[in-house]
Formats: sequence, C-alpha cells, structure tokens
Amino acid sequence: KMRRGVGAGAIAKKKLAELLPHIKTFKTHLEEFASKHKQEIRKNPQFRVQFQEMCATIGVDPLASGKGFWSEMLGVGDFYYELGVQIIEVCLALKHRNGGLITLDELHQRVLKGRGKYAQEVSQDDLVRAIKKLKVMGNGFGMIPVGGSYLVQSVPAELNMDHTVVLQLAEKKGYVTVSEIKDSLKWEKERACHVLDHLLKEGLAWLDSQAAGEAQYWLPALFSELTSRDVTPEEANQMTP
Amino acid sequence: MDRFSWSNGLLEINETLVIQQRGVRLYDGDDKAKLDLGVTLLSTHRLIWRDIKNHECCIAMPLSQIIFFEEQAAGIGKSAKIVIHLHPVPANKEPGPYQYSKYSYIKLSFKEHGQIEFYRRLTEEMTKKRWENTPVSQPIPTGTGSQAGKTRAVGIVGIERKIEEKRKETDKNISEAFEDLSKLMVKAKEMVELSRSIANKIKDKQGDITEDETIRFKAYLLSMGIANPVTRETHGSGTHYHLQLAKQLGDMLQAPLEERGGMMALTEVYCLVNRARGMELLSPEDLVNACKMFESLKLPLRLRVFDSGVMVVQLQSHSEEEMIASALDNVSEKGSLTAEEFAKLLGLSVLLSKERLLLAEKMGHLCRDDSVEGLRFYPNLF
Repeated sequence: KMRRGVGAGAIAKKKLAELLPHIKTFKTHLEEFASKHKQEIRKNPQFRVQFQEMCATIGVDPLASGKGFWSEMLGVGDFYYELGVQIIEVCLALKHRNGGLITLDELHQRVLKGRGKYAQEVSQDDLVRAIKKLKVMGNGFGMIPVGGSYLVQSVPAELNMDHTVVLQLAEKKGYVTVSEIKDSLKWEKERACHVLDHLLKEGLAWLDSQAAGEAQYWLPALFSELTSRDVTPEEANQMTP
Repeated sequence: MDRFSWSNGLLEINETLVIQQRGVRLYDGDDKAKLDLGVTLLSTHRLIWRDIKNHECCIAMPLSQIIFFEEQAAGIGKSAKIVIHLHPVPANKEPGPYQYSKYSYIKLSFKEHGQIEFYRRLTEEMTKKRWENTPVSQPIPTGTGSQAGKTRAVGIVGIERKIEEKRKETDKNISEAFEDLSKLMVKAKEMVELSRSIANKIKDKQGDITEDETIRFKAYLLSMGIANPVTRETHGSGTHYHLQLAKQLGDMLQAPLEERGGMMALTEVYCLVNRARGMELLSPEDLVNACKMFESLKLPLRLRVFDSGVMVVQLQSHSEEEMIASALDNVSEKGSLTAEEFAKLLGLSVLLSKERLLLAEKMGHLCRDDSVEGLRFYPNLF
C-alpha cells in the first residue's frame, strides 16, 4: 500500500535529479541532428510537416515557445513566428477591402510575394500551422473550410454555421443571390436576408444592386478580379459596404 | 504507405490495365497496413489497391515512385510478398490513408497467390516505363519532383546515369534526414514520458518540492514544448523567462502605447516586438504569458480581453473612465460616429476604436444604430 505524502514527494525529487543528465544528453542529440539537418527544416516543407506531425504524436509542441530547444537549435520557431508576422501584416493591409476574410490561396501568394524570391519556400501547411499559433493572441484568427480549401478570418466577426454555409455557396462565383440561397439551401427568404445583412455589416460582402436580374452579394475575399486591382481605402468607403 | 493517395480507381485515357490480383494485403514497411484484404491492380502508370468489401476505399500510387522491388519467398504460415522500395513523398502528393510513414518501402502480401505473374508484369512495366511516353489527362505527381528532365535519346546514357546518381544521393540525404528524425523522436518521447510521470507526482504532493525546483522543472517543460500540468503557481503559468520578458516589454512598449492612445492589439504588439528583434523571435504564447505577468510585477501595463475576444495591451494610466469619457465627448461633438470615423479622429486602428465605442455603449453612454450601412453610435439620451 503506497503511503501518500512524504513518500511521493521524495520520489519526485529523486526523479527530478535524474532528469538533468537526461536533458543534457537529449540536447546533445538535438544539436547533432541540427548540425546535420537544420537546413532540411528550412528548405523542405514536406520535412517540416513530418517533423510537426511526429512532435504532435509524442505530445510536444515545438512552437510553444521561442525559448524551446526546438526553436533555439533547429530554428523552427523563428521560421513560423516570422511567418505569423507576415500573415498578420497581409491581413491588416487588405482588411479595408475584404472585411478581414481572405482565401488561403491569396494569403499564400501575397506572403510569398512579400518574402521575396530569395526567401525559403513556404507551403500552405506552414501557413495553417502559423495561423493556429496566432489564435492564442485573440483577435479572431480562424479558418473556415470552403470549396476544398480555407478562408482565413482575421477579425473577430461572429460567423456561425449559416454564414459559413453561405460563404461556401458563394465560393464558386464569388457572389451569391437570395434566390440561389433559397434554391440550394432550401431556406426561407428571411433567413437568407438575415445572413446576407450580417455579412454586409461586417464588411465581408458588398451589394451590387445594379446587377441584371437580381441583386448580387459579392464577397471580396472570393472575388479575384477585384483583388487584382488595388482598391484604395477611399474607394472602398464609397462602395456600398 | 504515405506515398499512396486516395483514388476513384478509374483508369485515365492512355492508361491501360496490365494485371490485377485479388487477395492482396498491404504492409507499411514491416507493419500490416490498417487496411483489409483487397485487389491490387497494375496499370501502365500506377499501382492501385482497392478494398474488396468497400469499393470506395481505393488508393493509388504512380509507378514513378518505385525505386526498385524484390520478391520475398513464402514461408510457413507466411504468404509470398513483393517488397517495393519507394522514393520520398513528393511535395504535391494528394492526401491518402497515411499522413506519414517511417518506412520507405511497402509490401504486397499475396494471400491468394499470383505473385509470380504480378512480379513479372511489374518488372516489365518498370522497364518499359510506358507512363513517360503517354502522359494521362490528370497530372500525376512524379516520384522525385526533380526537374532534371529525362531525355531518352541514345548516346546520353552517361548523363542520365549521373542524374540518376545525384537523385539517389539526394534521396539518400533526405531518407537519412527522415531516419535521423525518427531516432530523435524516439529519444524525445522518452523525455516526454519521464516528465509526465514527474509532473504527476509533483501535482499529487507539491509540498516536498522546493519552489526553486518547481520553477526549474517548468522551465524545462517550456524548453521541450511539453504542456505544463503543474498549474498551481504564484506567478501564473510563467517562468523566469517570461518574467524577464514582461519587464522588457514594459520598457519597450511605453512609447508606442503612448503614441497610440494607450492601447494596442496584441497582434500589433507581436509584430512590433518581433520586427524589432529580428531573430530569436517570441512565440505568440510567449507574448501572452509575459503579458499576463504585468500585474504581479506591478508594471504600468495590463493585458486585457474584450468581450469580442480581442486582446490588447493597455497603459494603466489610461483609465477606463477616461476612454469612455473621450468616446462620449467625440460622439456628442459630431452627433454620431462609426468606428471608422472615430478611428480617423483619434489615429487609432478601427478595431480598437470599435472596442472603445462598444465599451461606452456597454456602460450606457452610447447607443447604436445598426443598419446595412454600418454600425453608428449616438449619445444615449435615455
């Protein structure tokens, strides 16, 4: 029968003392690994994926702290933390236009462009992992599955299942109409309008009431033609948000 | 097994079926794959496997993934097998049943025989390499991703061989990297298990561990990236590292905060601090943990979370009342304001101006008019 109290504490103390040489040995192994393969982490997105997945399997988060062994010796931290900065900056720069919603593809392209042609390759998996880390700082970073990829949200706009489903519907053409929502989702007109109004208010959708036939609700995040031409903040304010 | 991708099993135009064999079980290296018995099909372009019972479970791999293969004779109670050694996973591989495998080879186990013929046909296809001459309509990721470009003209055999050697060497380097990574992870796993057992013991009876030892242990957990289960702490989840960081931030953020009306979104702080550092960057968690220590360190900054979930760093000197009063003043003066207009007035970000207006509204000083034209705030005259 195990006696709790002093016994358990002494064991812990003893184990802690044993831990120290283990840490030293592990650090040596890590250093050895780093000296041989540090470049691989920086250059090879596939290797990064394997690395991350293996860490997850054993219950380790190599990105938890810049002070971590993984960060310090493999440089894996700096890679993702810097990517985080670049992601925030791109999202901030485009927020006036797309309301804080951007496709993972567009984010990827713009981050790559910002990094310049001599920078290390960055995959979409890298972006997704960096974004997951950004979530801890509040501010509504999230990812919405749409059309086989994701929309990255960078503002704390409340988007529930209804909003998400309409976004997914709009993904094919970049816009959606009330009729399309009613036909595809079998919703009442009120429900469709409620959702669209919310998207308009949050600046995620723009209304084209001049469209032939029926009013079209455009999502700048999904509408690539709009994003290729640079809209100034003044112009953005003049359009019907 | 991580070289396979999900497939509908339909052959492309220009792709021909060569042979198929029932009763095949797949192996991931030496381990049985987490799949049942199935049919293996060899085409001119791919190796395809389909579950016998569940036809929708179908996977495929381009033949270009294959480096070489060999027979493994049957034994007592063991079926004959073909062992297939593979190039590393190409970057553009479509998802499949395995995200990752520590093996660079698979095995086909022939439970209903047929391995002799299959081996013969596989040899033929790997020699002819018909997939290179008749590309299919859908792009099939190549095994190596190398853009070396293979020419089949006679007389360039020497160059081809050099390219092949270089490719094998790169593959070897990458394979070695993966192998070393696996070995490293095995050691890391031992460390994790040891720490978990210590952490649990500490949790049970913390009295017999000194404060100093606990702090060192937590620092170690931080270094390994292990989540800290020892939560009962005087300084929150922070360590000495975060303490130092908090003090640094206290110094560094004073001026930027003053310039921005006393408040900055945490993401803004993250960018500011990391851009200034250049290297040895802070993780988002480092920043949050450090900011949580402002209060206990009696620094003139606070981490604050708004209802919306927005997190900010705020100067103590900029009190709540001041912010609300200033919001009310500005709105009253202009009659009404949107978050964008307020942002322009104060030179703040739209995000933070909105938070201030919401705060003033919460306290009953402002009321809103929420329409499709935007959210506008008015003085609350009720």
